[in-house]
Amino acid sequence: MSEALLEVRNLVKRFGGIYATDDLSIAVQPGEFHAVIGPNGAGKTTLVAQLSGMLKPDSGSIWFDGHDITALSTAERARLGLARSFQITSILKDFTVRDNVAMAVQARQGHSFRFWRAAHRDRSLIDPAEAILERLSLSERADTLAANLAHGEQRQLEIAMVLASEPRMLLLDEPTAGMGPEDSQWMASFLEGLKGDYSIVLIEHDMDTVFSLADRISVLVYGRAIASGTGAEIRSDPEVRRAYLGNEDA
Amino acid sequence: MLSRAQWIAITVVGAALLAVPSTMAALDEPFYTSLIARILVFAIAVVSLDLILGYGGMVSFGHAAYLGIGAYAVAIPSYYGIDNGYLQLLFAVGGSALVALFIGAVSLRTSGLYFIMITLAFTQMLFYLGVSLEEYGGDDGINTNRSEFASWIDLYDDATLYYFVLACLAVCLVFSYRLVHSRFGRVIRGVHSNEARMQAMGFPTFRYKLTAFVISGAMCGVAGFLLANLTEFITPEYMQWSRSGELMIMVLMGGMGTLFGAVLGAIGFIALEEFIPDILDLFGDGLGQHWSIVLGPLLVVLVLFARGGLWGLLPGRKP
Repeated sequence: MSEALLEVRNLVKRFGGIYATDDLSIAVQPGEFHAVIGPNGAGKTTLVAQLSGMLKPDSGSIWFDGHDITALSTAERARLGLARSFQITSILKDFTVRDNVAMAVQARQGHSFRFWRAAHRDRSLIDPAEAILERLSLSERADTLAANLAHGEQRQLEIAMVLASEPRMLLLDEPTAGMGPEDSQWMASFLEGLKGDYSIVLIEHDMDTVFSLADRISVLVYGRAIASGTGAEIRSDPEVRRAYLGNEDA
Repeated sequence: MLSRAQWIAITVVGAALLAVPSTMAALDEPFYTSLIARILVFAIAVVSLDLILGYGGMVSFGHAAYLGIGAYAVAIPSYYGIDNGYLQLLFAVGGSALVALFIGAVSLRTSGLYFIMITLAFTQMLFYLGVSLEEYGGDDGINTNRSEFASWIDLYDDATLYYFVLACLAVCLVFSYRLVHSRFGRVIRGVHSNEARMQAMGFPTFRYKLTAFVISGAMCGVAGFLLANLTEFITPEYMQWSRSGELMIMVLMGGMGTLFGAVLGAIGFIALEEFIPDILDLFGDGLGQHWSIVLGPLLVVLVLFARGGLWGLLPGRKP
């Protein structure tokens, strides 16, 4: 367990008397595709917020690559290599698609206290950005304002920005949320392609996506991980069936 | 990045501004040289505000503070017999930057209405500080000498002072233009667009915002320095909250996030301030002092029908 890339230890987050995260422990190994699933209100969003540094836990700790990152800011975690996507697409709408990705490239190239040289002609920003756009089949849209993209394309763009920051771990918060079946399928197969190259934590509501993709799955109910294991183990776990599958299977 | 029409506008306005002192001397109207110099001074302040307001989305309702600090950086040393312009300029820039660092460090932890109110509150504190400084004239204000630079820059010569101001504006414009298109400028615009995203990408956004705030304050300090030289008189009124509001109006009039629009905004606003009262007085005695009756509706029209301000009326290049 000590070589886990991301480790959550006894995490607790309360809102009033309600435990959104209740003594939660999860470990993700390097290269692992780990999915966190759970019904609505299970505390998925609260967990993501704590992992990314937007919420501070009441107790417990989060470790990334051997560092205690519990007290670090979102930006500091990102610079350690923990990159996230948002459940509600978060991109720079006033920027072109290319500039969105170039910004992520710029973020990983150290500080931006450079006041004079024009950034829009900087090949060290543009070239990597265009390579990633190519990979996400967004090249044709490079000069489009991000706000004018279709919803599915905006999600693609956000993934492109996450990849452009060359992260060591991707934290994906329901990447197929609000997508039509076609786009969802595209996203699932794209994530399939990332498997093995990146360590991934996928927060997902949609079970079908998860079972086909994840190496391991943690099931969250009322802020607790009631089960953790491979897809087959989760499927046959009686507690999971009772708490989650039984209610959701229609 | 600039369109052809915008380049033409810059060239025409620039050429016209260069010709002002000789033209006005020929017309025997020296008053207009100093009026236009005043416009250019405010243009510098407006450019500095546009940097953080238009590009960074930071609605500073206290930018007059730096105008005042820059002005006092001339008057107070002069009171003690120090008229060295280099030193005074250093005080103006350094003092404004330091105060901006302090105000920014506190106010940038908030956003929206809170940010507006805190910047306003700090500026009011400085205003009352100015009022309470009896030694330097209190609220009556105080006269000052003009700054002394090298012998060939004699600011007592009105044309020289005018070109000095124009040169400062040009430097500020070029610097700001480079700034907003640099990596740093991109981060500032990115924070305006989506701060949470910028943080998630790894940008410590507070540091970038604070740096922009300090640069903006320091630049506005230069405007204050020039204003003191122009009027040879300082009063705490330079720091009054209505002055901060006027600077914001000028940004809006010129077009937010355009830099060059700042010049048009300053020209537009000060021209209105200067000429509308005279025109109103033709219709009835004393009407002139209520000139804001005209300004208000005009602003509404501008915001409704020309969101990009005066600069936005020029055809721009699509991004």
